[in-house]
Amino acid sequence: MTAELAADPGSLVFLELGETLRRRGQPEVALKVAAAGTARYPSLADAHDLLARIYSDLGDGEAAFDSWMDALQNDPAHLGAHKGLGFLYFRSGDLPRALRHLELAQSGSDDAGLARAAARVRAAMMEGGASGSSAPASNAVGQDLPFSLDDSVVSQPAEASGPEDELFLGFDGARDGLLLLDQNGLRLGGGLRDSASRDVSDAAAAHLSGVSREAARTARLLELGAWLSVAAECGTGNLHLSAPSDDTVLLTTRDASVPAARLAVIAERAGAAARRWLERVA
Amino acid sequence: MTDIVVTLDRVSAIRGVRGAMLVSASDGLVIADSLMDGVDGQAVAALASSLMGRLRRTTQAAGMPAPEIMHLKAERGSLLAVPAADDVLVVAVTTADANLGLARLEMLEAARALV
Repeated sequence: MTAELAADPGSLVFLELGETLRRRGQPEVALKVAAAGTARYPSLADAHDLLARIYSDLGDGEAAFDSWMDALQNDPAHLGAHKGLGFLYFRSGDLPRALRHLELAQSGSDDAGLARAAARVRAAMMEGGASGSSAPASNAVGQDLPFSLDDSVVSQPAEASGPEDELFLGFDGARDGLLLLDQNGLRLGGGLRDSASRDVSDAAAAHLSGVSREAARTARLLELGAWLSVAAECGTGNLHLSAPSDDTVLLTTRDASVPAARLAVIAERAGAAARRWLERVA
Repeated sequence: MTDIVVTLDRVSAIRGVRGAMLVSASDGLVIADSLMDGVDGQAVAALASSLMGRLRRTTQAAGMPAPEIMHLKAERGSLLAVPAADDVLVVAVTTADANLGLARLEMLEAARALV
């Protein structure tokens, strides 16, 4: 990723690189990567969210607070920012505001960990917990946290048990909103579930290879050059189809709270992860 | 028909839009168009309806609602399609630097006007 970013400083790979460095316990290096990326993409909420998590790791709650607020300015429904602010407000003892942000995060996610966190904050409020109203300071209150920041910001697969599970490791929707398939419509990794949580990966994959071929044909015959993506807004959800390599197709889906342009950014990051995975397993 | 042409002209007037048209979704034939020279309307109509049909079958298999907007992005431009009432698609072809946000809004408006 470092080489990729050096070759193309404008690449969005800085998001993944910064997150990886943060998780490896190199927050100072991660901070440089995230700060440079945020300067380049000042309206990208994900960049501010990454910066905030690094500041939080460094114990700078005020800077983390500012960065998450910046994320919300660019995307008022940003899940990570609401989770992070909920975390900071809880830590500072401002339970009503913590709960408000956790509930806003919950409105855009069915993450069970978030529901548990909100329930614990409600229980703490019922027990007469602190309810100050000031902006959160760093590491202010020593009470137990309802969830860890890492768990709250990026949903983790339970455990990576094989190469396929490593494909979208760390990505939100790794098993229900990201699907990689080959040219013949066969699933390579990831997964897709419908609104009733039924696995529809194979059914979708069987149709998707046809869509990608049709997209390539259309772009060629209309003299538009190579096709890059097909995006569709479908009422309750959005989908994005791209080709991480010449012989694979990647489907990325999210609910309608994720705008199509942001879905394209997520798809680009997932596509980069898919390319690295394909190189490893080849 | 005049209203339809005016609607299509409004889409075509957006920066980077090379043409807009109404297409029969089921057979891919042109109903009305407002195209710049050099744009093959019949090819656009046939390809857009075919791609939208495949996409619709895919979303159905994935348990998602039918597409309300489709955007094929390619190196040198885009193809946009919005289903309207009565088996009709509003379709536009754009350059790579087109104002896609405005085109999207005008196409949705055009589709609503056809209901």
